[in-house]
Amino acid sequence: MTGNGNSETAASGYAIRTEDLRKTYKSSRGDVPAVRGIDLSVESGQFFGLLGPNGAGKSTTIGMLTTLILPTGGRAWVSGLDVVADPVGVKRRIGVVTQNNTLDMQLTVAENLEFRSRFFGLSLREASRRAEQLLEVFGLADRRKAMSTDLSGGQARRLLIARALVHRPDVLFLDEPTAGLDPQTRVNLWDILQVLHGEGQTILLTTHYMEEAEALCEQISVIDHGEVLASGTVNELKDGAGAETVITVRYEDRVPEGLAAQAGLTDRPGVSKVESDGDFVRVFTREPEGVLGELVTAGSAAGLTVRDATQLKPSLETVFLTLTGREYRE
Amino acid sequence: MTTTTRRAPIEVAEPGGAPSSAAIAELISTAPVPRPTLMRTFNAMMAREFRVLRRNAVATFTRAVMQPLLFVFVFAYVFPKIGGGFNLGGGATAAGASAVKGGINFATILVPGLMASMLLMQGIMAVTFPLVMEFSWQRTIEDRALAPVPIRVLAIQKIVAGAVQSFIGAVIVFPIVLFVHAAGQAPHVHVTNWALFIVILAFASLLTSSLGLLLGTIMDPRKMQMLFAVVLLPATMLGCVYYPWSALHHIRWLQILVLINPMVYMSEGLRAVLTPVLGHMPMWGVLLALIGGTAVFSYLGTRTFTNRVLN
Repeated sequence: MTGNGNSETAASGYAIRTEDLRKTYKSSRGDVPAVRGIDLSVESGQFFGLLGPNGAGKSTTIGMLTTLILPTGGRAWVSGLDVVADPVGVKRRIGVVTQNNTLDMQLTVAENLEFRSRFFGLSLREASRRAEQLLEVFGLADRRKAMSTDLSGGQARRLLIARALVHRPDVLFLDEPTAGLDPQTRVNLWDILQVLHGEGQTILLTTHYMEEAEALCEQISVIDHGEVLASGTVNELKDGAGAETVITVRYEDRVPEGLAAQAGLTDRPGVSKVESDGDFVRVFTREPEGVLGELVTAGSAAGLTVRDATQLKPSLETVFLTLTGREYRE
Repeated sequence: MTTTTRRAPIEVAEPGGAPSSAAIAELISTAPVPRPTLMRTFNAMMAREFRVLRRNAVATFTRAVMQPLLFVFVFAYVFPKIGGGFNLGGGATAAGASAVKGGINFATILVPGLMASMLLMQGIMAVTFPLVMEFSWQRTIEDRALAPVPIRVLAIQKIVAGAVQSFIGAVIVFPIVLFVHAAGQAPHVHVTNWALFIVILAFASLLTSSLGLLLGTIMDPRKMQMLFAVVLLPATMLGCVYYPWSALHHIRWLQILVLINPMVYMSEGLRAVLTPVLGHMPMWGVLLALIGGTAVFSYLGTRTFTNRVLN
């Protein structure tokens, strides 16, 4: 098994590395693949985003990296340690903010931090000092004696993040940290994460919010149906797959074949692709000026009324559209 | 898609707001170095259980004590007072009579039986109920599953913590079943071997908590009420709580059938050490069943627990 040795060497320089990582769930109706061979490389100190719609396989991937889900294929290393061979070693080196509220419901806010600290081997005194420090920093000091079940959604999320930082983790994992939060609370959390990142904390975050990935992450992998569709910085992704504006026009009735071609759109400079299926026409172009108007005109010439029209500027959403041909479902 | 306007991080920590950059920087730079060891983490988890137990002690033990308290009150106080009811223990008394000259009252039969039933109730309440909650939709079990120890250590810790709670419950119930009775109806309790008494109590506690772990990992949370009907009630009614096992020789098939019930060995073990005047199962059989049962339930419970945590 010389390949293993090479993999380990390759893994050692990275905070996170996966090779053809897979997870297939067995069910009575046959095998359900949740992750189908994902390769990731996250450098130390990087703010890395796994972006994809709900059900894309993000949580399963994070579950495997944090040792709570056993892979059915491939390998993964965190801090150079194999997640299957050394789960305890990995758990010592990571902090995890779960998607669910996994705070200990039987404990107070402060106790949640104290006991987590003690699980990581801190003495009683160190644990209470660390808890106090975290409570102050995360604005929870006046709630220290409240039961964790009495916290608001935003407070609970802050406590979850604080709890993941009782020791200094090599990698901080955040699974959909802002799902279900109000916009103000979300932006506050973004601030916290950016400061952490600024301090050199390696972060892997999953999100189904495109703007979250754009605002925070240096490096992004877009995933769907358990596969990585594209990886790179936000700008690289936009320049690569989705540097085009996507214009979609929906009509009241079926679009006759060749409508776009008749309107001269297929030969228009800047247009790379025209899709038409059912009641819509979609144009991918680098020179969007006037395209929308032409689609409306072409439609009315063919006796079609426009139902709605969208024009997406180059963004992760257009990247997703270009890569999958599907609109992004949040 | 709209471009998001980013705010500059605010500089002062305010409740509900974002913390200052400096404070977070300090948080990172002053972070303690984790030195977890198996024992440290295990002890911290036990400390967590005791914190929770202490917080809920009054509610937990009030709930637990009510059943045995009312039982001895009705059967060892009310019935003897109003007369006639005492004969309830007649069959059992007849069975045990050969061993005793002076006759045995129902209170004597109830003392070990009710302690055993207390152990079972506590084992289930201390382990099964919390576990079903922790595995339900929020999966709060992940909180402790992420602690730096193997998952099976977490399972063992739950068994130990549950056993301690069972043990405390039994110790609380002991004086109640001993002292609540009508005049002249005192149970004939005579502990000849305290060490053996403690050993039986300890293994009976471990047996219930390991059974609690197994049940907690295989129960469907939506069918929790079934636990009472299908497990607790038959285990207690057919667990030699209200009659000694030897008395069942009148119903031979039942005497053999109840041997699959772990409760039988808990009742009979305590009967052997607490009320030796009464006929009881041989001690080797009791110990074999208590220790063997603990081993089997712990093994199975730890396995199903690990499979539930790691999916």
